[in-house]
This record gives sequence, C-alpha cells and structure tokens, in this order.
Amino acid sequence: MQQEKAVGSVRTWEVIVAGIFLAVGAVVIFDSRRLGASWASDGPQAGYFPFYIGVLICLASAMSLIAALTKPNREPFVNWGQLRMVLVVMLPYAVYVALIDNPVYSLGFYEASVIFIAVFMRRLGKYGWFKIAAVSVGTMFAFFLMFEIWFSVPLPKGPIEALLGYQ
Amino acid sequence: MQEIHSLIGGFEVALSWFNLMLMLAGVVLGVIIGVLPGLGGANGVAILLPLTFSMAQQPGGQTSAIILLSCIYWGALFGGAITSILFNIPGEPWSVATTFDGYPLGQKGRAGAALTAAFTSSFVGALVGVLLITFLSPIVARFALRFGPPEFFSVYLLTFSAFVGMSKGAPWKTIASMMLGFALAAVGIDTVTGQLRMTFGFTDLLKGFDFLIAVIGLFGIGEILLTIEEGLEFKGTKAKLNMRVVLDTWKELPRYWKTSLRSAAVGCLMGIVPGGATPASFMSYGLAKKMSRDGAKFGTGQVEGVVAPETAAHAAGTSALLPMLTLGVPGSPTAAVLLGGLLIWGLQPGPLLFTEKPDFVWGLIASMYLGNIVGLIVVLTCVPLFAAILRVPFAIIAPVILVICAIGAYTVHNSMFDVWLMLLFGAVGYVFKKLDYPMAPLVLALVLGDNAENGFRQSMLMSQGDLRIFYANSLVGTITTLSLLLLFWPLISMGIDAIRGRGAKE
Repeated sequence: MQQEKAVGSVRTWEVIVAGIFLAVGAVVIFDSRRLGASWASDGPQAGYFPFYIGVLICLASAMSLIAALTKPNREPFVNWGQLRMVLVVMLPYAVYVALIDNPVYSLGFYEASVIFIAVFMRRLGKYGWFKIAAVSVGTMFAFFLMFEIWFSVPLPKGPIEALLGYQ
Repeated sequence: MQEIHSLIGGFEVALSWFNLMLMLAGVVLGVIIGVLPGLGGANGVAILLPLTFSMAQQPGGQTSAIILLSCIYWGALFGGAITSILFNIPGEPWSVATTFDGYPLGQKGRAGAALTAAFTSSFVGALVGVLLITFLSPIVARFALRFGPPEFFSVYLLTFSAFVGMSKGAPWKTIASMMLGFALAAVGIDTVTGQLRMTFGFTDLLKGFDFLIAVIGLFGIGEILLTIEEGLEFKGTKAKLNMRVVLDTWKELPRYWKTSLRSAAVGCLMGIVPGGATPASFMSYGLAKKMSRDGAKFGTGQVEGVVAPETAAHAAGTSALLPMLTLGVPGSPTAAVLLGGLLIWGLQPGPLLFTEKPDFVWGLIASMYLGNIVGLIVVLTCVPLFAAILRVPFAIIAPVILVICAIGAYTVHNSMFDVWLMLLFGAVGYVFKKLDYPMAPLVLALVLGDNAENGFRQSMLMSQGDLRIFYANSLVGTITTLSLLLLFWPLISMGIDAIRGRGAKE
C-alpha cells in the first residue's frame, strides 16, 4: 500500500471531540437550568446535580481544547485506507441492524445475521459460497438453538421462522 | 473463625453438580472470550448476562447465575495471557505487561514455560485475592453498615478521584469522559422528583442509557474497529504444553516467591482502590524489574517477568469484587457489569447483602476458589485448542462477533433502539481509543451515577446545602481527604517533580 492521505490530524480531531463535549456540556447545563438547578422548598431540584456535571464537562473539555490548540499534534488521526476498512465494516453493520427490524420488511435477527456474515465473508475473505453458507447458516442455527430453546431468550424472528411455526 | 464457618456453608452451595458444570462452562466461555479480539471480560459478561435472566428466577438460581458470570470473568483473565504470549497481542489491557517477557520467551521456544508460569501465577494472584475477600469483606461490610449518605457519597468520590489520580493519560480527558457518564446516567426519569431529564421529547430516552449497552459498544465494537483498521493478521508461536514442561516450570517458580508476594500485594491494593488490574500489572512488572537480580535481563524473556504482571493482574481483578460486594462500588468495568447483574436479579449489593443473603455471598466466594482451580486445569490442558481459535481467519470471526454484540445489546431490554445506541457507542469508543480518552470512568459513572447523585442529594438535604457535611466526622472526613488527595494527585506529582528538578521518571 502506498503512503495514503490522512483524514485530519490528531489535533483536528482533538479539537472536534472537545467541541462536541463542550456542546454536550452546554445542553446538560441548559436542560438542568430548565428543570431548576437550585433549592426548592423540599430540597435540591431535579437539575441540581446534573447542572454541576454540565459545568464540569464544559470545564474539562475547555481544558482539553486549550491543550490541543497549544500543543499541536500533527500526526495523522487515521489514513484513508484505514478509514475505508472501518467504513467497510460499519456501513454494512448499520444496514444489518436496519434489516433486523424496520417498518417495511423486517428479516429478524437470524436471517439478517446469515446475510451479514455471508456478505462480510465474501467481501473481506473471498470465500467460496459453499463455505460461506456452511459458516453463516451453521452459526445462526447454533444461536437459534441456544437462545430460543436452551436459554429461552426470544429474539425478533423473520419469515422463515414464521413458516416453521416459531413466533 | 466465623468466616471459615460461612465459607464451608458456601462450599456446600457451590459444590453441586449443576454449579460445577456452570463453572466449567463459564471458564471455557471466558477463555474463548478472552482470546477473541473485541470480546473481553466486561463486554463478554455483559453480552451473556441476559442468558441468566431466566436462570436467576429459579430458587437458588441467583447463586448459579453469579457463579456462571464470575467464572466467565476468571476465564477471561486467564485467556488474556494466551494471546499475549503466543501472538504478542494482549487480549486484555492488563495483559500488555505480560507480552514484555512472555512473547520473547515464546520466540525462544519456551512458550510452554511462559504459559505455565502465567497461568500458575494468575492462579496464585487470584487465590491471594480471594483470601483477602474471604477475611476482609465481612469486616468491611460490618463497618459499612454504619455508613450514611455522606459516607457513601465520599466513597463514590474516592472511586472517581482514583481514576483521575491514577490514570496515565490527561486528567482532563478522564474527567470529561467520567462526567459524560454521569450526564448519560441522569437522562430519563428523575427518581426523586419524577421529572423528565434531558429526554427532549424522545420516548426512547425515557428509560435512560443502560451501561451494558455502553459496555458492549465501547469495548466490543470499538475494539473490533481498531483491530480491523490495523488489518490484523495473526501470526503466532506454536503452543506445546505437556506435563513435563508444566512440572519443570513449577519447579522453577518457587524461586520467584518474593516477586509473587510483592505482585500479589500490589494487585490487591490496586484492585480494592479502583484503578484496577492494568496499572497493577505494569506497576508490579516495574517493581520486579527494579528489585530482581536478573532485572537487567527483563524484556528478553524472563519467566519472572511473566510472573509479576500476571500475579498482580489476577490479584487486582479478583479483589476488585471486594468493594463491589461490600459497598456496591465496583472497582473495574467487569465488576460493574457483575454489579449490574446483581441489580437485575433483584439483589442489592452492599453491606446488607452479607446479612440478608449469606448463601449467595458465601456461595460466590466459595465458587471463586473452585472456579480458579477449574480455570487453571482447563487452561493448562486446553491451550492448543484455544490458540486454534485465533487461527480462524478474521473475515469469519469478525462478523460473528459483531452479530453476537448486536444480539447481546438487543437482549438486555429487548429493544432495537439499544442496538442502534450500541452502534453509536461503538463509533464513540473508536474515537475515544484513538484520542486516549479512557472508557472505564465513563462506564463506572454511568453505573453509579444515580447512586452517587442520590447520596449527594440526601447529604445535601441532611445539611441543608452545606458542603461541610463531608467533613462532619472523622470517618467521612478521612475518605473525603483521601479522595481530594487522589483527585489533585496529577497536580501534586507535578509539584513534586518540579521540586526535585525533574528527577527520576521512567
């Protein structure tokens, strides 16, 4: 692999994350003030404790922000090749979670997992279809036995289980 | 000796066939979890926790459930050593120090000796930890019966200050991540006033954030993403472990009794004060290096260099359960998950647990002895099997782990929203790890947030808003002082360094 372009330096990301923290702290302070962050007749109000938490988040992230700005770390945070690998995993994973349960056509855990494992093995491992089918279906069949039958922890089920009479 | 008596009662509970089977299953599962990338003690136990829900409802089932889960924990502790020695990949953060000498030993063809030393000293460390729990926890529990809200809050303060004082990274990052945990814990219905906090009209947020979801996302998904980024190829040493190697190593080990003892002491201390196994393992490795006659040869493959961190890590990992059981304050993320399990099964950890549920407590303590014996036997006999798991290509193991994480997140509350949250926590975990934001404080704050807040509120009610209540008597005053000392330790140590003219620093 050639030397690849970095996606932001560590410093940039330090600043971004500290900024997000600052925003979260502000939201916490805002909401605590809304609920009341002082004393009522019967004691501390609901926002009393979170208010100070919010203040501390802001303080801590402000300090991190200052540290990041004064001591610039120009090392790359992540390069494109790495980020691509991360996305190659995360995006299909998100699609997988959406497939399990969505308003249009839910596949349930078992079918969606079979598809997810198969796609993953095909794209990253270049396995043959026979091996893929054996691993993905075998794993999920074992999980089905484990969850539905041995430990009686029901998971959302899809069309195939419905055909077999499991609901 | 009332403890011995209670312990014998505990053995009677733990020594049923069913519980022994669970121990075996737990240890095997735990080692597998410890060996697999992306699954560790904390999220492994979190994922398997829902499986115990139905088990815990049967009579005596709570004890069986905790035996299963704690044995998974022991297994994970053992498992971390396997990957460190054979593959130079620390399966768990506390095994990092084990790689320093363990991997070179493996390269020299002495992997068997390294593994035997690691397992045996893990066992010794755990044994010391359990002995400590056996004899110290009833005392701590009796003592803690006198605790009121200010005392409990000061203990929480101590817990969180310890993270700031003992973290190696930037203290502000530790504080930020911890406070984020507190903020997330506050989301949902306020238990005192019944008001909605920080839900912003989203009904999914009403029940708040469950720390189990955070654990699975932060530690599981985040870890997998990091592994994938590095495009990891496992290249390992072959493990051969036969009886002769084991016996030969056992003959060698008594020579290092001083190191063992010292490491166990360090581990127990660090385990009780939260901070946990990871710093304990580094510290005792450093100490052993300084104090051993062969100190200069450390890092080139010394058995003693494996003994030190492993003993300490296990002693710390075990004694982390002491504050969890006696005070309801977990010392590590995994202890936090176990605490979460207790709460879900309807048990309130803390001083009263010892008087109200002696069967449960002593059954658990007895199972710690047995579980570690079972663990030692399992790992000594099955190393090649576990090492083989790591040879399964990543393209097969990764999607299966991701599926397991999703199922684990779903089963906590039977909610798909939680699975999405886990995904989000995964991304957060990845970024946090890359920027050195510690995750353990976030998880512990999320677990203890409500309790800490209640302790603080009740204290404030008692004193009508006067902060001096945390210095009202010598007990609470001592704990508060200790906490403040730890909290400002980064500043204090900077001061000491400045005075010494930037003296000895490693």
